[in-house]
Amino acid sequence: MDILIQVIVTGLATGGLYGLIALGFVLIYKATSVLNLAMGEFMTLGAFVCFTMLTQIKAPFYLSLLLTLAAAVILGIVVERLILRPLIGEPVISVIMVTIGLGVILKGLIYMIWTPTFRNFPEIFPPEPLDLNFAVVPSGLWWGFLFAVIGTIAFLLVFKFSRTGVAMRAVASDQQAALSMGISVRWVFALAWCFGAMASVIGGIVIGNISGISVYMGDIGLKVLAVIILGGLDSIGGAILGGFAIGVLENLTGLYIDPLVGGGAKNVAPFFILVVILMIRPYGLFGKELIERV
Amino acid sequence: MRCGDFKESYIKDEEIFQSFFVKFWLVLFFFFLLLFPFIANAYMLYVANMIGFAIIGAIGLNLLTGFTGQISLGHAAFLGVGAYTSAILVTRLGFSFWLSVPCAGLVAALAGLVIGIPSLRVKGLYLCIATLAAQFIFEFIFVHWESMTKGITGIHIPAPAIGGYAFKTERDFYWITLFFVVLGVKYARNLIRSRMGRAFIAIRDRDLSAEIIGINLFKYKLSAFAISSFYAGVAGALWVTFLKVVTPDHFPFILSIQYLAMIIVGGLGSILGSIFGAVFITLTPELLNHLSEIVKATAPGYEEIFVPMKEVIFGLLIVLFLIFEPRGLAEIWNRIKTFFRLWPFSY
Repeated sequence: MDILIQVIVTGLATGGLYGLIALGFVLIYKATSVLNLAMGEFMTLGAFVCFTMLTQIKAPFYLSLLLTLAAAVILGIVVERLILRPLIGEPVISVIMVTIGLGVILKGLIYMIWTPTFRNFPEIFPPEPLDLNFAVVPSGLWWGFLFAVIGTIAFLLVFKFSRTGVAMRAVASDQQAALSMGISVRWVFALAWCFGAMASVIGGIVIGNISGISVYMGDIGLKVLAVIILGGLDSIGGAILGGFAIGVLENLTGLYIDPLVGGGAKNVAPFFILVVILMIRPYGLFGKELIERV
Repeated sequence: MRCGDFKESYIKDEEIFQSFFVKFWLVLFFFFLLLFPFIANAYMLYVANMIGFAIIGAIGLNLLTGFTGQISLGHAAFLGVGAYTSAILVTRLGFSFWLSVPCAGLVAALAGLVIGIPSLRVKGLYLCIATLAAQFIFEFIFVHWESMTKGITGIHIPAPAIGGYAFKTERDFYWITLFFVVLGVKYARNLIRSRMGRAFIAIRDRDLSAEIIGINLFKYKLSAFAISSFYAGVAGALWVTFLKVVTPDHFPFILSIQYLAMIIVGGLGSILGSIFGAVFITLTPELLNHLSEIVKATAPGYEEIFVPMKEVIFGLLIVLFLIFEPRGLAEIWNRIKTFFRLWPFSY
């Protein structure tokens, strides 16, 4: 029973991390209807940039974090302007393929600039694990979970109460109407990409802290697709809740099913869950259902 | 060169190759293909074989994504299913190669049917994600179903044979590849001008309207998945028989991206485009290898860059073609042909 609780708690903490990356996906999808499959590579890039700042430039952590966020904003603007702007109006397959191509380019560039050696992230959080009486959560996971929850609440508040957030929701709902109300859709797109890049970069720093950084860190980005499908592609709250669910289910699979198949089931469990969700409830728990009228 | 378009019967209108000019050059090209193995060395034959396998796989993917509009990110998984089926049938059940290849295609088609079932409920983006999930699930199965696939050690495949003659070298295998490529291209070309092909195109363009005029969406979407996976299975079976070994490492996600790159660069919705794209994407890494050899000879120490360079170039190809030439190389070819057909009035 103890092990079960420990596994569930670890799952919740990991789920928080997944939620953070899912947040990046959802922010971009919500405003631009583009599913950015290069999220994993954004994450890796953020982790490497922060790592370089911490080790080469020896800046303190909060400064590195701010500079990395600034780099994420620049990345978001560059990607939106150069790559997504020419593809407005093209069918969805082109946009998905472009984001895949972008991911491949970024991965190759990261490989070239930083070489594929695996590195450990310098300590940025206090190393004591969090000791709840019934379970222990390692320090990296716990702080990552905190970041995820803070990030989600922050973005939820921005979307609900600030002018920018409302503008983004307006564009997500109906671009023509938003344009006629004087909202600059181009700015909103760029902002959405910047927010998404920021969320994924924070996710990258946190995950890099937990398990080290390498070129292949970004493969987790594809697992997170299960999270956003479960939560609903355009629901911020759904991203974090879906993250919890997938984190717990994944760890439970690791506990019960891995011994049966000899390992590796834990990594593929999110994809099985994904297929099941797509069959039962494709729009997820909180997503907006698309009803086609002839 | 022809000018004007005068058809005098329906049969003439439906012909695949419509002018004497095209037929003449095609026959000439075919003779070149037959003579090729006698004038090429082993490396060129190896590349030619790889191009052949890529053409079959790319045509399969184009039938699904280019003609029916169902995006599939899991093509490598179907190649793997076909490859493993062929390997297992040949090594464990003693099937002959000529029987195992169609069986591999059929088993892959079955897998395609299973993966196509979500197309009843979801479409577009969500179907794309479902195929992505399928890719990873199949990878997991290849590694972990050890009783059938021997896990990561893989299976060794003996060379195919007719009677006593074994096809051991690249040149021998070239004839097999040529046979299957010609068969595959001919079938695909005929398929798209048949009723089924027109149904596929209708589904791609506007599936609600297709349903209204009486096309059974589910049946044709499943058929598209099945036929596409059949092609992939055959391509996979041929590929691993050529390589003489099959391991799960042969079918990563990046291979699916490679096939998607082939059809995007070549041209979605065009058989000739699949061929162009397959040739282009197969030749690019070989060219990069040559370049890196040259760099290694002249400026040692810099050839490290070429390892990830292949990835960057793939990504760049995809992105640039999508931004600047979304209809691919086939469109460029069509523009050249139209230019010469209308010359000197090509403005």
